[in-house]
Amino acid sequence: MTDHTGKTDKTATDDLAQYEVQDVCGCGVDHGPGGHHHRHADEAEEQGPKRTPLYDLHLELGGKMVEFAGYQMPVQYPMGVLKEHQHTRARAGLFDVSHMGQVILQSRKVDAAEAFERLVPVDVMGLKAGRQRYAMFTNDDGGIEDDLMVANRGDHLFVVVNAACKDADVARMRAALEPDVIVRQLDSRALLALQGPAAVDVLAGLNPAVREMTFMDVATVELAGAECWVSRSGYTGEDGYEISVPEAAAVDLARALLAHDDVAPIGLGARDSLRLEAGLCLYGHDIDATTSPVEGALSWAIQKVRRADGARAGGFPGADRILRELVEAAPRMRVGLLPEGRAPMREGVELFAAEEGATPVGHVTSGGFGPTVGAPVAMGYVPAALAAPDTVLYGEVRGKRLAVKVVKMPFTPANFKR
Amino acid sequence: MKFTEEHEWLRVEDDGTVVVGITEHAAEQLGDVVFVELPDVGTVISKDDEVVVIESVKAASDILAPLDGEIVEVNEIIVEEPGKVNDDPEGDAWFFKVKVEDLSQLDDYMDEAAYKKFIG
Repeated sequence: MTDHTGKTDKTATDDLAQYEVQDVCGCGVDHGPGGHHHRHADEAEEQGPKRTPLYDLHLELGGKMVEFAGYQMPVQYPMGVLKEHQHTRARAGLFDVSHMGQVILQSRKVDAAEAFERLVPVDVMGLKAGRQRYAMFTNDDGGIEDDLMVANRGDHLFVVVNAACKDADVARMRAALEPDVIVRQLDSRALLALQGPAAVDVLAGLNPAVREMTFMDVATVELAGAECWVSRSGYTGEDGYEISVPEAAAVDLARALLAHDDVAPIGLGARDSLRLEAGLCLYGHDIDATTSPVEGALSWAIQKVRRADGARAGGFPGADRILRELVEAAPRMRVGLLPEGRAPMREGVELFAAEEGATPVGHVTSGGFGPTVGAPVAMGYVPAALAAPDTVLYGEVRGKRLAVKVVKMPFTPANFKR
Repeated sequence: MKFTEEHEWLRVEDDGTVVVGITEHAAEQLGDVVFVELPDVGTVISKDDEVVVIESVKAASDILAPLDGEIVEVNEIIVEEPGKVNDDPEGDAWFFKVKVEDLSQLDDYMDEAAYKKFIG
């Protein structure tokens, strides 16, 4: 068998290699051909990919390990991507997301939230203690350098960023915020996500306090004897929790969760199909240093107070472009795409306005089979004039133009506990 | 049964046509199959032509024609239910049947023992 990337001499095993190059980041470092996983000078070449505290547990559970963003991560377990996906939607899935960056911002001198607003176009000052929200680092051109979650944990902010971008993100925060704000990257905490409709009952079995939390609440909760920072959120479109746990307690907590009949370990493969069906962006693919938050269909994340005429309008990198696009709309938009046939339309597929001729009007940035939808799903960028739902476009797959319809996202209804 | 290094199996039927599918090993490595595109009946194929497209949750792959010949039958069941390729790759989930002029084309391919050794 041969794949469509032009490689020869490959077996099906090599298909897993695609996960190695999934997480490109917009930090401006040229990684060279095939060298997309991130290794900056300060990380040195001294060792191979890093391991999370759950590495041995992944092996014990039969995880198929691949390199992702400089880490050895499970792409799937023996259950397989399709069943792992379905299990998460029906019951609960446990994800190791310890490769992501966890950063604390704290200051006694200034308001850390006010300072952080210099880097992101969202309302951080208005974020109440015990709450978190989605945000993104922007650049001077109005593009997105990374997307992130920021939580107000009382006397500090807690920021979670993408693995592939975390070194660049920390450098950006240090450059912009120090010395007034202390930027502390946490290397001794693991991050687990428990996602799915059964997540609440499973986690409440360890500590009933989590039951009282609603979507985007954060709290300090004791789980399996350790002080955990829990948020009721995730990246699957399901109800669930993300749990920052001290490294030393991570395996015990994971085992306690996996002991429950409803919980199965879930790899990166299903994480990707779950977030795709939920209409959520994968940084480096669906959004990057060239796409603005408006183009990325993330305007909802920019609160009124930071927009033109808001009390704290602008004041973040690229505000000129972003504030203008919020009013005038952007020339192109990220949209949901539902191929009409059965053929998946994957990243890179070119989109055309007509069945014949003409130059492409856009392209697919993420796509594949949606196990819950039971059909292929995709997202990509198209000109604003072609971004209305029900617009029919054509994706070119293996030389054939196949009809694809613009649709609203998510592809599967979100199941959050509001 | 004969096997190719591309992880296809070939079985000669009583009428001399050759049935082609992918091995259990290939199906397992591919992961859950979600899309199969088969050639039209009547297509004349040459060895190494891309005759079938198969997509799993992970990636798209081609199945290359292992022989020169003409497609005389395709298995529409796997187009309707691609998951069958994972369930029974060396049985019900065959891909296509080829009429060949010269069965000696199969001589170069591995027998089961050699294939098992090949996949190690």
